[in-house]
Amino acid sequence: MATVAQPATLGRRLRRWEGLPYGLILPTVAYLGLFFAWPMVQAFELAFRIDGTWTVAPFRTMVNDVNFNQALGFTLLLVGVIVPIQFVLALVMALIVNAKVRGRGLFLAIFILPLAISDLAAGLVWQAILTERGYLNTVLQKVGLIDQEYIWLDPTKPNHLLVAVVVAELWRSTAFVMVIFLAGLQGIPHEYTEAAEVFGAGFFQRVRQVILPMLKPSIQVALLFRIIFAFEAFAVILAITGRAKTTLATEAWRWQAEYFDSHVAAAYSALILVLSLLAAGIVVWMLRTPRAQMLR
Amino acid sequence: MRDRAPHLLRSLAGWLPKALVYVVGIVVSLWVLGPLYVITLAAFSSEQDVYDYPKQLLPKDLSTGTMRFFLDFPGMTDALWRSVIVAAATLAISLAIGTPAGYALARFAFRGADTVRLSVVATRAFPIVILSIPLAVIFIRWGIDDSIQGVAIAHTALALPFVVLTTASVFAGVPAELEEAAMTLGCSRASAFVRVALPLALPGLAASAIFVFIISWNEVFAASLLTLQNRTLPAAVLSTLEGAPLNFRFAGGFFLLAPSVLVILVIRRYLFTMWGRVVR
Amino acid sequence: MADVRFEAVRKTFGKVVAVDDVDLEVADGDFVVLLGPSGCGKTTLLRCLAGLEKVDGGRVLIGGRDATDLPPRRRRIAMVFQSYAVFPHLKVFKNIAFGLKMQKERKDTIRERVESAARLLHIEDLLDRYPSQISGGQRQRVAVARAIATKSDVLLMDEPLSNLDALLRMEMRAELKALLRQLGTTTIYVTHDQVEALSMGDRIAVMNAGRIVQLDSPLAIYDHPADMFVGGFVGAPPMNFLAADIAADGAGPVVNLSGGSFAGGPSAAPLAGRKLILGIRAESIVVEPEHHEGLIEAKVVVVEPLGSHNLLTVKSGDDVLKVSASPRLFPEPDSSVWLRLEPNRIRWMDPETGGAVEPAGAVAESVGGR
Repeated sequence: MATVAQPATLGRRLRRWEGLPYGLILPTVAYLGLFFAWPMVQAFELAFRIDGTWTVAPFRTMVNDVNFNQALGFTLLLVGVIVPIQFVLALVMALIVNAKVRGRGLFLAIFILPLAISDLAAGLVWQAILTERGYLNTVLQKVGLIDQEYIWLDPTKPNHLLVAVVVAELWRSTAFVMVIFLAGLQGIPHEYTEAAEVFGAGFFQRVRQVILPMLKPSIQVALLFRIIFAFEAFAVILAITGRAKTTLATEAWRWQAEYFDSHVAAAYSALILVLSLLAAGIVVWMLRTPRAQMLR
Repeated sequence: MRDRAPHLLRSLAGWLPKALVYVVGIVVSLWVLGPLYVITLAAFSSEQDVYDYPKQLLPKDLSTGTMRFFLDFPGMTDALWRSVIVAAATLAISLAIGTPAGYALARFAFRGADTVRLSVVATRAFPIVILSIPLAVIFIRWGIDDSIQGVAIAHTALALPFVVLTTASVFAGVPAELEEAAMTLGCSRASAFVRVALPLALPGLAASAIFVFIISWNEVFAASLLTLQNRTLPAAVLSTLEGAPLNFRFAGGFFLLAPSVLVILVIRRYLFTMWGRVVR
Repeated sequence: MADVRFEAVRKTFGKVVAVDDVDLEVADGDFVVLLGPSGCGKTTLLRCLAGLEKVDGGRVLIGGRDATDLPPRRRRIAMVFQSYAVFPHLKVFKNIAFGLKMQKERKDTIRERVESAARLLHIEDLLDRYPSQISGGQRQRVAVARAIATKSDVLLMDEPLSNLDALLRMEMRAELKALLRQLGTTTIYVTHDQVEALSMGDRIAVMNAGRIVQLDSPLAIYDHPADMFVGGFVGAPPMNFLAADIAADGAGPVVNLSGGSFAGGPSAAPLAGRKLILGIRAESIVVEPEHHEGLIEAKVVVVEPLGSHNLLTVKSGDDVLKVSASPRLFPEPDSSVWLRLEPNRIRWMDPETGGAVEPAGAVAESVGGR
């Protein structure tokens, strides 16, 4: 049976347990401090300091590098093309899964299959499909739409490689956005769309006037993450285009792994960070919901 | 007496949106499933068929020739094994460190909780790119460059925020009253956690553990920067990409992809417990 | 078996004072109900007793021992939660046995106690099921069985009936009362439902804004509320309150209301010359069909037939009153009725403090910490 402990020791024991939450988060904070925060500081140093002197030489090298403009341009193009298309596609997929049709469970199961596929694997898959002697040409020839193999991955034709990369990325990463939209959609009480219907709104009007505005927080989150991830596009480029195209992330990798210059690599990564934060910040600001409009 | 035509039109109009949903849904499904089917087919074709054109679209003459070629390639099975070890280590460490933090965020309203939560979310805003480069430099200094320990450390740093947020959401889903009831019935805080909270949180925790495994399995940027001889699977595939023959690429793609797809098939029900609250 | 004592217990959440220096003594075997609206601090006080909240000031004593710094498991208490908190991953048997298992009782003792507790709650057939396989009402019984199986010194109940539907609630109320009487354990019961409080407790502590406003037997609380809050909170419909002034007249004190006047009788004599609030319950007002001297005239607004009686809402001058009338009386809306207010059923309240005014003239002490 329980014995009565002396108040003094209990008081001490109790005070120790007051610190329990802090003790529980300490390992995480320590780990992230050591292996995340500190490397970030180091990255900053690598980009702005060579052998102890402050300098912008890494940045100068980066900007003057022959691949820089192409990398910057292609990265921005990718982000600008993929994100909007993905937003529409994910919305359509989420609406389908949310609709009251039989088989929506099956649709959901299929749509989220690519969720955990890496960009390298996706690149390899679509390369297998789009390569000259690949599956797309096989199907098209069988169906009779073409009579000679078309070179989809033609570096000399404008935008072919861009489209190939866009398709591969859309295929792989739209599931992520769809899941966020779906969670958001399911948070919208159906009374709102029903009320809109009673007052005469058709399907597209309901989407535009009721669903999209109420989905804003989810859109905001999804776009935020997708933009940040899109700026990191790396392995899919290598898999599909080889060395024909490059992005900022690919250049960063190249300068570190092949040219062994961590300073320029850090400069590239700093640029990626700034650009993605900027783009993310714009998205968050544009999609902010004023306090007055929140019903909570 | 009702006029037939408008009635038919009305029922057609009611039927149309549903049909549209099915059509679009099926088209998208084919778009998602097609490549998966194709790569599986390609990975299981024999060495000669791989170079054939037109490609086989039906699963006849399946063979493990391509897979064997891939696995026999010098270093591939080692790389595969290394990926497993790194992913397992990442899973173990990140869960050991992150679960208590997630529990603390879910149960205690302590000063600084919001800051911790915000900082943890903010780490996802930092691209893996900007983390890997200084880590590569640091690891050289510490003598663990080109090692699986280094990759595991980097992957844990990547996975830890995810673990903290998902375990927080999982524990938030277990009513605190259950642990309080256990405490009034004779449990200490720790005992209540082990006997009540943990068993009920286990499915969610298992799902996030599996997801961490996949995150590590897929990760290619840091892995290829931090290793040279001791590559993980994605890094090995990436490094051999340029000269690689077709069958190599097909098999590589399949190996990288198969665990991920299988995992999603298995844990999809728990995805919403994880994502629904984490993202909000 | 133990008594419970709260000494100047204080609990704050940031700037909000949830429990404001509360003193309360619960004798061994007593059944005390903490009654009040949401936010009054009753649940917080209970949780301080359980050890689930740490007090910011004062002491909690259980069975004479200072339990203020003890964790819940050392306090020899058992608790029934509002949401039942029945463990979903354990069968009903293991749920009920949980406390005994923690006390490391022998297997056969556990089996015997679990079965007897289950029998008392009429759930002996459900022992092998999981909580998800039984109804809400049955889960509630499991929660109670789990609490009584441990044979603890004090039983704490936090609104155990509020999640049940009305009919089930009424049945469980009676059953629970009989069971707790049989067990004789010291019980502290929290509820916001004043019908529950009146029907179950030996004593009721009415709480408002973190303080105990009145501690008394149910009848005393009903008949002699300590202030306007208690009068308005306890009893359905709430007590009527009318502004009145008492004038001394040759023949005796006259009570002037906005709708009329009547003779106050000897009990009102000491209060002559004061402006007070007149409190009277609906059933203490008699409806007379015709006009007499000393009756108040009122216009009928709504007639609600309740089966056992009719509840009339009437307007008299500036005041709106609820009046109980015979179930056969159905006056037309806008018609006039005449009301007799029984002088000995009137509770006088001080308009400034809201506290009850004793006929002897002194204002009853607002029971802030008693």
